[in-house]
Formats: sequence, C-alpha cells, structure tokens
Amino acid sequence: MNGTTVSTADEYMPMAKEAGAISCVATVDHKRIGILYLVTTFFFFLVGGVEALVMRLQLAVPRNHLVGPGVFNQLFTMHGTTMIFLVVMPALIGFANYFVPLMIGARDMAFPRLNAMSYWLLLFGGLLLHFSVLAGGAPAAGWFSYTPLSESAYSSTQGPDYWILALLVMGVGTVAGAINMIVTILTLRAPGMTMRLVPLFVWMVFINSILIVLAMPALNASIVMLLIDRQLEAHFFTALQGGAPILWQHFFWTFGHPEVYIMVLPAFGMISEVVPVFSRKPIFGYGFVAGSTVAIALLSFGVWAHHMFAVGLGRASDLFFAASSMAIAVPTGIKIFNWVFTMWGGSIRFTTSLMFAVAFILQFVVGGLSGITFAVAPIDWQMTDTYYVVAHFHYVLFGGTLFAMMAGLYYWFPKMSGRILSEKIGKAQFWLMVIGFNGTFMVQHFLGIMGMPRRAFTYPDLPGWGALNMISTVGAFILGFSVLLLGCNIVWSLRRGTQAGDNPWNAWTLEWATSSPPPEENFERVPEIHGRRPLWDLAHPETARAPVKTDFCPEKNKTSMIVFIVSEGFFFLMLIFAYIYYNYTQKPGPDAASSLDARKTLLFTCSLLASSFTIWRSETAFKRRRHKPMVLWLIATIVLGAIFIIGQGSEYWGLLQRGITIRTNLFATTFFTLTGFHGLHVCIGLMLLTIVLVLMLLGDFKNFRPRALQIIGLYWHFVDAVWIVVFSIIYLKLLL
Amino acid sequence: MGLGMEMRFEGCPAGVFAVVAPVFSPVSPQAEALSHIFVITLLVCAAIFGIVTLLVALCILRFRGKPNAPEPLQITGNERLEISWTVASILVLVGLFVLTVHAMNVSDPAADRPADLTVIGHQWWWEVRYPNGAVAANEIHIPIQSNLLIRAEAADVIHDFWVPQLGRKIDVIPGTTNSLWLRADAPGEYLGTCAEYCGDEHAWMRILVIAQSPADFDAWQARQLQAAATPPSTLAAEGLKVFRAKTCVNCHTIKGTDAETSVAPNLTHFAERTTIGTGVLTNDAESVRLWLADPQKIKPGCHMPNFELTTNELNALTAYLETTK
Repeated sequence: MNGTTVSTADEYMPMAKEAGAISCVATVDHKRIGILYLVTTFFFFLVGGVEALVMRLQLAVPRNHLVGPGVFNQLFTMHGTTMIFLVVMPALIGFANYFVPLMIGARDMAFPRLNAMSYWLLLFGGLLLHFSVLAGGAPAAGWFSYTPLSESAYSSTQGPDYWILALLVMGVGTVAGAINMIVTILTLRAPGMTMRLVPLFVWMVFINSILIVLAMPALNASIVMLLIDRQLEAHFFTALQGGAPILWQHFFWTFGHPEVYIMVLPAFGMISEVVPVFSRKPIFGYGFVAGSTVAIALLSFGVWAHHMFAVGLGRASDLFFAASSMAIAVPTGIKIFNWVFTMWGGSIRFTTSLMFAVAFILQFVVGGLSGITFAVAPIDWQMTDTYYVVAHFHYVLFGGTLFAMMAGLYYWFPKMSGRILSEKIGKAQFWLMVIGFNGTFMVQHFLGIMGMPRRAFTYPDLPGWGALNMISTVGAFILGFSVLLLGCNIVWSLRRGTQAGDNPWNAWTLEWATSSPPPEENFERVPEIHGRRPLWDLAHPETARAPVKTDFCPEKNKTSMIVFIVSEGFFFLMLIFAYIYYNYTQKPGPDAASSLDARKTLLFTCSLLASSFTIWRSETAFKRRRHKPMVLWLIATIVLGAIFIIGQGSEYWGLLQRGITIRTNLFATTFFTLTGFHGLHVCIGLMLLTIVLVLMLLGDFKNFRPRALQIIGLYWHFVDAVWIVVFSIIYLKLLL
Repeated sequence: MGLGMEMRFEGCPAGVFAVVAPVFSPVSPQAEALSHIFVITLLVCAAIFGIVTLLVALCILRFRGKPNAPEPLQITGNERLEISWTVASILVLVGLFVLTVHAMNVSDPAADRPADLTVIGHQWWWEVRYPNGAVAANEIHIPIQSNLLIRAEAADVIHDFWVPQLGRKIDVIPGTTNSLWLRADAPGEYLGTCAEYCGDEHAWMRILVIAQSPADFDAWQARQLQAAATPPSTLAAEGLKVFRAKTCVNCHTIKGTDAETSVAPNLTHFAERTTIGTGVLTNDAESVRLWLADPQKIKPGCHMPNFELTTNELNALTAYLETTK
C-alpha cells in the first residue's frame, strides 16, 4: 500500500540487537513499549494460568488434599489479582500503546517518557506483588480483600500489605498511562481526523481511559485506608471500633464495577475493527456503537451495589441497583447486534482472527445474559458467591475479552512483526481454546445451581459435584494446552511465518498505511483523512468525501494536568466521603468540636488561599514577560504555602500532645487521613514550585517559553480548592 | 418447581436426602418465588441467545466470502433497525424488572417483629440461639410450615447464610444485624453453606437445617435445655476429667458442668448431631477420635489446636463425648 517498503521481522530484529540489550529498557518508543506490555502480560498470564490449573487439580475430586486451604486461598487471591491487574488490563493497554498512535497517524504518544514510566511501574508492581510469596505468604483475602477479613486481626501475614503496595504502584502507572492516552487521542490526531472519525478501537480506548482516570482513584483511596488500618491501627473498616466493613465494599465496588468495563471496552474496540475488515463492510451503526459506549461509561458508576445484593442494604437500594444494572445491559447488549449486522450481507473471510471474533460474540452473549440474571436481584440472592458467578465473569473476561484479544493478536501480529501467524496452527488453537474454555466454565453454571460456593478449597461429595468438577478440570488443561500452542505459533511464525507486507488483510485504518513493522517514526507520510476508513477512501477516491478540518485539539500539557486534577479530585472525594460518613453523628471520644481550634486554622487557611492569588500574579507576570515580579510572586507563594504547612504541623503537634492519634477513634482516623493527604499534596506542590523557582533563577525562563509555571499553577489552585472543601466540612461549623 | 431429582447419597451426613439442584427444588414460598423468576429469566435469556446464535449461523452460512469476490455493498447502518432492537431490549428488561419487584416482595418480606431465633456466624461454625435459651451449633432445627424470622449476626468476619431450598442468602456482618425469613413446608434435612469467603476454612462451614413437625421440634427444643447426662461409665467419667483438665472448658460449653463459654460450639448435646467440624466429618466414634487426635489435620487452620492427647485420653474423651445426648 502506498508504495512504502516492505520490511520484515528479520530486518527488524537485528536492528534491535544492534541497539543493545539496554535499548529495550531505555526505549520510549510506543511500539516497543507496547510489545514490552504484551510480553510481560503473556508471562503473567502463564503465572496466573498455572495458579488456575493447580486450583483445578485441587478441585478435580471431592475432599482432595493436594493443597491445603492456606495455599488454595493464596492461589485464588493471586489468580484474580494477577489476571485483572497484570494480564487483562495491561494487555489491553499494550495493544492500545502500540496501535492508538498508529491508528490516529501520530508519531508517538503525547508523553513518551511518561509512557515508559507507566510500563515500568506495572512490571515492578507485579514483582512487588509476587515478592510477598517470599515475605511470609501471598495475600489470601481475595482480590476484593473484603474487610474485616483483610484487616490485620484476621490476615496477620504481610500478604495484604504487599497486595496494597503493589496495586498502588500499578495504579499510579495505570492512571498515568490513561492520562497519556487521553491526551494523545485528543491532541495528536492526524489532520482531518475529527473525534467522530477515529477508528472504534481508538474511541473505546479513549472512553476506557476516562473510566480508568475516574475509577482508579477510588481503588487507590480504599486501599490507602486499608493500609492505614493495617499499619497504623486506624479504624476505617474494623467493626469493633465502630468502623463499617460494608463501607469497604461500597468503596471497592465504586472502583470495581467500572473496572469490569475497563476490562471489556477495548475488547469491544478490537471486535469493531476485526469484524468489519473480515466481513468487507464498514461497522454497522458506528454512531450507536460509539454512543452506547459513552452510556456504558456513565452508567458504570451507578451499578456498584449489584455486587452487594446479599449484604442486606434494603429494598430501595436493591431495586435501584437492579434497575441501573438492567439499564447498563442495553448499551452493552445492542452492540452484539451491531457486530452481527456488520457480518450480515458481507463477504466473510474465515481467518483465525474472525473465528475468535465470532466466538467472542457468542460467548460474550452467554456472559452478558448470565449478567442479566444477576441484575435480577432475587436471582442474585440465590446465585451470588457460587460457581455460577465464576462461570459468568469468566464468560465475560475470558470468553469475551481474552477471545477478543486473540482476534486482535491474529489481526495485528503481522503489523507488529512483519509476519502472519500460522493460520493452520491458529485454527487448531482456536478449536482447542473454544472446547477448553467452554468445557471449563459451562459446567460451572450448573455447579452454582447445585449449590457449590466459590472460593472453597474443597467440597463435600454431593451428587454430581465430583463429576462436573472433573469435567471442568479437564477443560482447564485443554485450555492450558491451547495457550502453549499459541506460544508455539508465535515462536514458529516469527521465524517462518508468511511475509505480511504492509496490509495483508486489505484493511482500512491508518496502521496499515505504513510498513510492517512500522519504522520508528511510524509514517513517512500520513494519507489524507476523508472519513473513517482512510485506506478505503484512498482506493475508492470516487466515493470519498471532502476532507474536514480537525475539530478539537487542546494544548497537551494543560490537558494532561486537567485530567490529572479530575483524577485527584475523585481520590479526595473518597476521603471526604469517609470523613462525613463517620462524623455526621456524635461518637464517643474526641471530635472536631472538642479537639480543634478553628480560629487558628482559619489563619493558616487564609495564608493558603492568599497563595492562590500570588501564584496567579506570578503567572500574569510570566504572560507579560516580566521576570522580576514573576520570581517575587512565586517566592511569596512558596512562603505562604510553607506557612500553611507549619500551621498544620502545629495543629497536629497539639493533637498529639493531648494523646489524640490516628488510632484514637474514627474522628481521629478520618481527620488525620483527610488533612494529612491534603498536606502531602501541598508539600508536593511546594516541591514543584521550588523546582520552578530554581529553574527561574538559573535562567530557564528567560525566553518565557516553558509552560511549567501555568501547569503547576493549575495544580496549586486545585490543592487550594480541596482545602476550601475540607475546611468547610471539618472547621466551618465550629466557627458558626 | 421440583426440577431437582432427590436421591440418597453416601457423601452426605446420614439421613440427608440431597437434591441435585437445590435452587430449583424449593420447599418454601420464598424459595419458590426465587426459583420461579430464575426459570422465567433463563427462558428469556435462552430465547435471546437463540436469536443471536441463529443470526450468526445465518451469517456464517449465507455470507461466506469467495476468493476474489468483489467487495459487498457498503452499508453503514440502519437507524430504524437499531432503534427497534434498542427499544425491544428495553421492553424485555422492563418486563423483567416488574417480575423482579414481585419476586422480591414474595421472597423477602420486611421484618416486622422480633426474631424467632438468632444465627451467629463464627470462623468456621454457626451458633444458633433459641428464644427459650437453647443453644445449638451448625444444625438448625425448625418446625415445619411456620415463618421464622432469623436474626443474623457475625462474631468475627463477614459470613453468609445460605440454604438454597429454603430461600435467599444473606450476609452476616460484624457490627450490624440482618434478618431473614426461614421456612420449610416439608419435614426433612436441607443442606446449606456459608457463601461469603471468610478465611481458611470457608469450605467447611456447612449448614444443616432440620425441619420437624411442631411436636418433634418442641420436644427437641425442650431437650436442649436439659443438662448433659452424667457420664454413665468410668471411661466416660474419665473423659469428662480430661475435658476439664485440657482447657476444653475455655472455649466449649457443656451444660451441667463448669464449661460455660461460647467461643466454640456448645457440646451439651454433641452426640445428637450428624456431623462434626461443621460438616467435615460424619459424627461417629471413629470420626470423633480422629478429630480429637489432631483437629488441624482434619480441618487445617481451624481455631481448635492439637492437644496431643495420649491414647488413653483419646479413648476416654471420645467415650465421654459419645454420651452427650
């Protein structure tokens, strides 16, 4: 296509070798980082898979003694955590990393170094999680870590602490990656590619990244509170001291349900690329597919308590979440028809990729429909926490997402390597995977109906339980074998596979308009964008519409800071909510009225608010290119911020003198956590401002070009705004 | 509904008739309502799955592309069609929602009076307290055809009380109480289990509900108030001595002795129960001996330590526990 040269894996690989082993560590190329993501996730997929196989062996027969409950509980905790945070999420991010910049005709991600950081945080987070095995035992409280089981009273090993720290490390990386992705898609689209013309995979990744930015802070805030409970003996979720174990569930699922969609939306995107190309027709109802995704993203924040129907939250709550969960089924379900009608009337090519996509459609329908049975709350009252749930979400995440990733891998592998994966091995792998997957998980629906609870290391010999479990175990090993076959296919095809050329599938999106693999700069020349299928338009100029102007392209640094601030805002929202929840009624022990001096706090609050004014003055001076006032106002800002920190320090000192610490009661727990995290943000802001000041004094701002001051200024205003909210909630009523 | 086949099964505690699909074999109006809506929903789901499968099959059969075939007609969508299937799916879900409201009302009416009995989840056993003061463990006796309001509490972590043939499951949560209606219309023994992951021995936190005629139930309940029988033999009397010497009394209650704590199951009428270790073994002399020899071997992680009893102590303690009727 387009006359670009055909390069191959053989040409590509030596290049990598020449650059030396260090280059893969130092790389900031989105394509190589994408491959790092995929290789890493494949490794962790094998780890999580082996964990699953050991569990299946233990469950193959009733009353088995292969592993005891201690090991089994660690296995299912690690399997869940690994598959979610180290496989499905990062694998989708890996594909997005490689293909989003290519599909929008960009040279790289908006922030290549930040991109590399995200990957390395993932890898080291994963290693940190697994280090727990050497440090006294892996976490065993489940991937959901329900309190109080995950509190130190009931989980005395360091497993849950490693779990928390690892998730925090990965969480930071994931949020950074999502911000990067949002900014990339908003600011680096090829000329003429409006947001309405981006490929659906790009659109899904975009919406997905917004979900990540909003949902991950909820997880981060919850696990930070759990860590404070475990390490500092605070009481967020401990029932004995008045904490509410159920609050953890609310917090966790506020993250946890959007997370489910985080793990399927990019997969929807892949299917929306693969099905049209191999049906030789454009996607049926682009607007519906794209729009319904937005609906899913919005609704996904209003369905969390359908994970909690058995908690006994009351009729009103159960009805609300039953209705919202049914509502989210509509935008999810109708996509199925869009894909089916894309095939309808097409000229379908039964490549391995398409076969995986078709299996995805049918299996995802099964998972979606069993999901509906959970939205019907009374059915959930019977079926939740049984193997029926295990079957349900594996149909969504394995039968759905993983099959979609297989479709994506067979589709995009030629672009990444220059060679096509063997179709012969691919089809064998496909059938093995279909048989293995359905063999493993179909019977688990019945096990649930027969009353088998999930997360049990063994089970009594009740009628049928042993037989169905044995079938499931055999299925799991077939599944394991199909994964090995995939590994063989990749190794074989990298050496012997058919040369791909630029566009082996005769596809239409921009990634196929460059060589396979693409050169470091991605494109020699990006084709003109007339519509959603640039390469189709190139081949059929007679039907192509006139090119349009790019619609919306904000400045990237400012955009990234705004997105970051929104994410931080959600983090504080959780802490603020916890404070309000535990302090709106009078509790024994010290409270805000008895222990805080609001007038003194008002003084250093004024200092902080004044600093917002001074930094604004400094920015104004920057815009007017006046160096001296810029520096002076910035110094004033730093001094005012420091006064605030000193004020808060003295307040803390006074409380500690009176014996009020974070473990005293729930007021102290929530007060220190909320104000402490705010103080930490002020300190980070001060550090950043000081760095900017030093740079100014060193002369870096002579030409008034760096944007750092404005960007950090935004952050500083945000920190002040958070304090206004915190002050209003904690102190204001003491002044009135 | 009665879809579940009933059969006698060797793996169950003696006397229990296990059903293959308890969810579909309700014996109470509550469970009946749940089974009913589940079946309707599954039928609706099966119909939808059938439609999708049919469409996919037709696509595969009719639109298989031939090599070098020309590009097909490029259709980008059909708004009317898309709106119709969106509306259709909304209508199906509205219908399901109406059924949901109804099923919730039937299967889980509001608690409107003091509870009839209290069930307390412990790591890894169930304490059952009756209003007359009787205390049982793991096996819940109830009179048939009577709506019982259960008060559900937790002593440590979150557990979940679930007996699928009798009704919904409900979490038992430390720091809060939940309530649940329990009813069995036919006499019999109904299996249940803790459904919320609660640590090491979550698997062996089984429940057995024994539904009896009101007369039998009253007799049983009255019997629970009686003190344990005086050891009838010297060996059993020796066993009681071991029981007191080995700090068993720090955790277990046996009415009529000085053992009065309820950290662990009440053993006053231990020999009447069908299982030990909350379902892990059938209750007979051999199992009791095995259990006492090393509880950690039978139920690893459970809170009863291995007391390293001598053979004589084992024999005596087993003999004594066998007399606690």
